[in-house]
Amino acid sequence: MTTAVASHPLRDSTTMVRRNLKRMLRYPSMTVPLIAMPVLLLLLFVYVFGGTLGAGLGGASGGRAEYVNYVVPAILVITVSTVVQGTAISVAMDMTEGIVARFRTMSIARVSVLTGHVIGSLIQALLSLAVVTGVALLIGFEPRGSVGDWFALVGVLAAVTFALIWFTVAIGQASQSVEAASNLPMPLMFLPFLGSGFVPTDSMPDGVRWFAEHQPFTPIMESIRALLMDRPLGNDLWIALAWCAGIALVGYVWAKRLYNRTA
Amino acid sequence: MTSRAAQQAIVVRGLRKSFGDKVVLDGIDLDVAQGSVFSLLGANGAGKTTTVKILSTLVAAGGGRAEVAGHDVATDPDAVRAAIGVTGQFSAVDNLLTGEENLRLMADLNHLSTKDGRRVVAELLERFGLTEAARKPASTYSGGMRRRLDLAMTLVGDPRVIFLDEPTTGLDPRSRRGMWQIVRDLVAGGVTIFLTTQYLDEADELADRIAVLEGGRLVAEGTPEELKRRIPGGHVRLQFAEPGDVRTAQRILGGDAHADGDALALRVPNDGSLRSLKALLDRLDDESIAVDGLSVHTPDLDDVFLALTGDSGLEKVTNR
Repeated sequence: MTTAVASHPLRDSTTMVRRNLKRMLRYPSMTVPLIAMPVLLLLLFVYVFGGTLGAGLGGASGGRAEYVNYVVPAILVITVSTVVQGTAISVAMDMTEGIVARFRTMSIARVSVLTGHVIGSLIQALLSLAVVTGVALLIGFEPRGSVGDWFALVGVLAAVTFALIWFTVAIGQASQSVEAASNLPMPLMFLPFLGSGFVPTDSMPDGVRWFAEHQPFTPIMESIRALLMDRPLGNDLWIALAWCAGIALVGYVWAKRLYNRTA
Repeated sequence: MTSRAAQQAIVVRGLRKSFGDKVVLDGIDLDVAQGSVFSLLGANGAGKTTTVKILSTLVAAGGGRAEVAGHDVATDPDAVRAAIGVTGQFSAVDNLLTGEENLRLMADLNHLSTKDGRRVVAELLERFGLTEAARKPASTYSGGMRRRLDLAMTLVGDPRVIFLDEPTTGLDPRSRRGMWQIVRDLVAGGVTIFLTTQYLDEADELADRIAVLEGGRLVAEGTPEELKRRIPGGHVRLQFAEPGDVRTAQRILGGDAHADGDALALRVPNDGSLRSLKALLDRLDDESIAVDGLSVHTPDLDDVFLALTGDSGLEKVTNR
């Protein structure tokens, strides 16, 4: 016989989201670097490498001003990678601190623990993205997209963030320690460099170029670039969304399985 | 079975669990009456925590069945979760939140109204002596405070059955006693406690019934008194200065006295009461035998535990 126990998935998820946001505020030594890192990268690439890299782009204006517009999509993606690294750490902390064991023995909507992390990180990512975009605008970024493009842009960034968060929620659970959880998502930080994020792929040697053109971050960054700079989207948007759907699905199934395992 | 389950808070039959090739629980049966304290005693690795994990729906059993608060843990885990509270060996508190926020979190997850939540949280902070530290992050708490916060969090949901997995491991003596008092108060309120511990004095102090777990099997079960009766009674250990005194003492005390360890000591059966001690010493005094030292050994749960788990070479000594 199964006794009906009232389930409150929405209320429980809201409680968990609140908990995660509170934790982010309480742990500034983790949260602040997560926002500072992409900002520093942006400044580094624009003011240190930007002159030379911008000249290599061969655009009309050339130089630093041209490069800001080129590099912002990569920085936005790196912002997401940084935030989800925090997600992995935060999930792993939960797992090692035993509080998740407590949640599991309570009569609460099971999914709420994970949705708390996912939605909490999503909010943090959108805030970080806003900060990074603000800094970019201050240092000369000149987007040319229409209002509709901006909505589409927010949608693409949300999709990427959502997918990577589910993936790192799984990684956070799979890691045996908080240290491992902070290292495992490192490739997510590195992959934008091995794509069209910082320099066009046609300047790369064949093998690297093949990889750069076929890895998920390139169509994602190209879509963002097209939307920001009002350039033709081509197939990039659909390829990007397909990658996001795939990563989100794998991450979700993996995360759920890890969370529900009872052996 | 149904009528029985109505009076039993926990019913376990033939519970098994293996991790890979390692058998952790090899078919255990338990009955825990409502409103009682049941203590599962065992050394590290005996399977205590695994038992708690199965009964609290954290881990699936490998075989057998278990009912908690009238609900099957395998088929109706959510009903079990609604009835239980678990405080584990390692504090399950959110270190980044304050004590008060941790309790509020539990109030929200137990779906209390804001008003009830506030009241319950304030009451628990007061009751567990955490009011002053309520606004400090749990990471700054001492071991005893964390354990109290942990238990307070468990109590927010007003559970009928509480699992305490080694609740005093690592606590200082004062905190331990505080924890014992809290457990007694809970039982007085009608809650059933399933306590695991490796401390025999703790089980002796708190438990109505004790089961001893060894290598995944229950090797004994009963009240503390029943278990103590199962092992041989107490004795006195006499220490002498001269080998001659040992021989004389052995002659006058007859077959009761046995050499104990070194050549200058004797072990004499004795209940440890003043009267029988005086009688024994008088007999030795009559023969002018000089006793160098004397220690009284009363059987306690340590003896039971060690006798049952095969380490009977060790003994706990009470010096008087």
